[in-house]
Amino acid sequence: MSYQGKFRVWRGDDSGGALEDFTVEVNEGEVVLDIIHRLQATQAPDLAVRWNCKAGKCGSCSAEINGRPRLLCMTRMSVFDESETITVTPMRTFPIIRDLVTDVSFNYTKAREVPSFAPPKDLAPGEYRMQQVDVERSQEFRKCIECFLCQNTCHVVRDHEENKEVFSGPRFLMRVAELEMHPLDTADRVDQAQDDHGLGYCNITKCCSEVCPEHIHITDNALIPMKERVADRKYDPIVWLGNKLFRRS
Amino acid sequence: MARAEIAARTLRTDRWWLPPLTTFVGLLLISIYAAFRTFQGDYYWVDQYHYLTPMYSPCLTEECVPAASHFGQWFPALPGFLTPPVIIIPFLLGFRITCYYYRKAYYRAAWASPPACAVAEPHSKYTGETRFPLIAQNLHRYFFYAASILLLINIYDAVLAFGTGVGLGNIILLVNVALLGAYTLSCHSCRHIAGGRLKHFSKHPVRYWMWTQISKLNNRHMLLAWASLIFVCLTDLYVALVASGTISDLRFIN
Ligand code: SF4
Ligand code: SF4
Ligand code: FES
Ligand code: FES
Repeated sequence: MSYQGKFRVWRGDDSGGALEDFTVEVNEGEVVLDIIHRLQATQAPDLAVRWNCKAGKCGSCSAEINGRPRLLCMTRMSVFDESETITVTPMRTFPIIRDLVTDVSFNYTKAREVPSFAPPKDLAPGEYRMQQVDVERSQEFRKCIECFLCQNTCHVVRDHEENKEVFSGPRFLMRVAELEMHPLDTADRVDQAQDDHGLGYCNITKCCSEVCPEHIHITDNALIPMKERVADRKYDPIVWLGNKLFRRS
Repeated sequence: MARAEIAARTLRTDRWWLPPLTTFVGLLLISIYAAFRTFQGDYYWVDQYHYLTPMYSPCLTEECVPAASHFGQWFPALPGFLTPPVIIIPFLLGFRITCYYYRKAYYRAAWASPPACAVAEPHSKYTGETRFPLIAQNLHRYFFYAASILLLINIYDAVLAFGTGVGLGNIILLVNVALLGAYTLSCHSCRHIAGGRLKHFSKHPVRYWMWTQISKLNNRHMLLAWASLIFVCLTDLYVALVASGTISDLRFIN
């Protein structure tokens, strides 16, 4: 059961580029990454694509297929019509290196800006017994494969390059939430989230959750709970008044 | 380094514009209906069966039908075109407008920010909820408190209506408060207040249990938002039709 599929692949680098048409053989059971590999093997040996595991676990093969941010290795060809032209483009939000490969260092910069886990100074190793219910929330966030599809899709930076400075993106706001929800973390994550990582820029339109290949409920379980914590701290007049009246810090 | 040069606003080939359009039309129709009923100022109370539409509850001004004012008439008759619900509507509207789900819905559908995922928004600048007026969305929890009180009043009304027997209207009022209750309980602020704000779930087993139950409802928050909104309108319509004598209530007991 194979057929000749029609593809349009973006080729180029930071000096320019365009969509190029190809006709490539498609076999039963294949994913888009298989087709890209066949294209490389048969017609475009210099086509650049980043991949590693082909199992949806390394987060390397992020791209956009028919305009939707997805993993190349987890998008089955069977979801498309045989007559359909399938467009494959690099992630839009990050600077292009070549063809389907982008420079995702924005994400590493943002990752470094999140202060690391801060357990109590006087806690000896082995002294604390972690309960399952206390780590459950962070465990969901730990499923992240760092594909950066959420970062790529979030309109705050996708449509506004200038916001990259102030906004860390859903992946790293989720990291802040993970630490904030950790029973042993002592750092002040709430002010950081709003002031240093730009949580206020998120308008909870949920595109990060929509594209996450790990189906992490980024918005519902990380971003909104952080917004609620920020509201506790900064925008709750009753809490504010209590602090004024009773001189709590 | 520059981004890949792709001119198209989106390369999506599916009907990405359909969900925002449906949301927009849905919210528009409901707003028109609600505005019409608010300013109609009539047919909100069925004296015979003690049905009070949730849109007029509590009825707190002196122009209210006295029997419909279960909690007294605190305010004088309102001038001009103003009707009793204008006192409670700011709270009800505020609750829905600052709701995390509705925010998503109208940011996408009415403001196209973004219209759909991976479809460029038409605005050249974007500051999200960082400044006035959108920073006020952070007051959602206060609307949640207010809406909870109004919900209790709606429950009281629904129970009170059973005093005259049981009709289809009673069932409708009951389903209405059930849906409103589920929507209100599934609120993200409610989830946070009940237990979400804790770091140590293991030290607070009761609040952890509440949080897990609310989280289950919270998963369906969008569904409950629509179901409760539509059903409030249907409830109101039913009361209006019975109150105006257009239809008669289907009675089961007396
Ligand atoms: S929910 Fe917030 S972080 Fe996620 S894509 Fe939307 S704006 Fe970005
Ligand atoms: S949160 Fe999901 S979409 Fe974002 S980087 Fe992790 S796995 Fe990818
Ligand atoms: S190649 Fe590893 S996620 Fe696709
Ligand atoms: S989040 Fe929707 S009602 Fe609170």
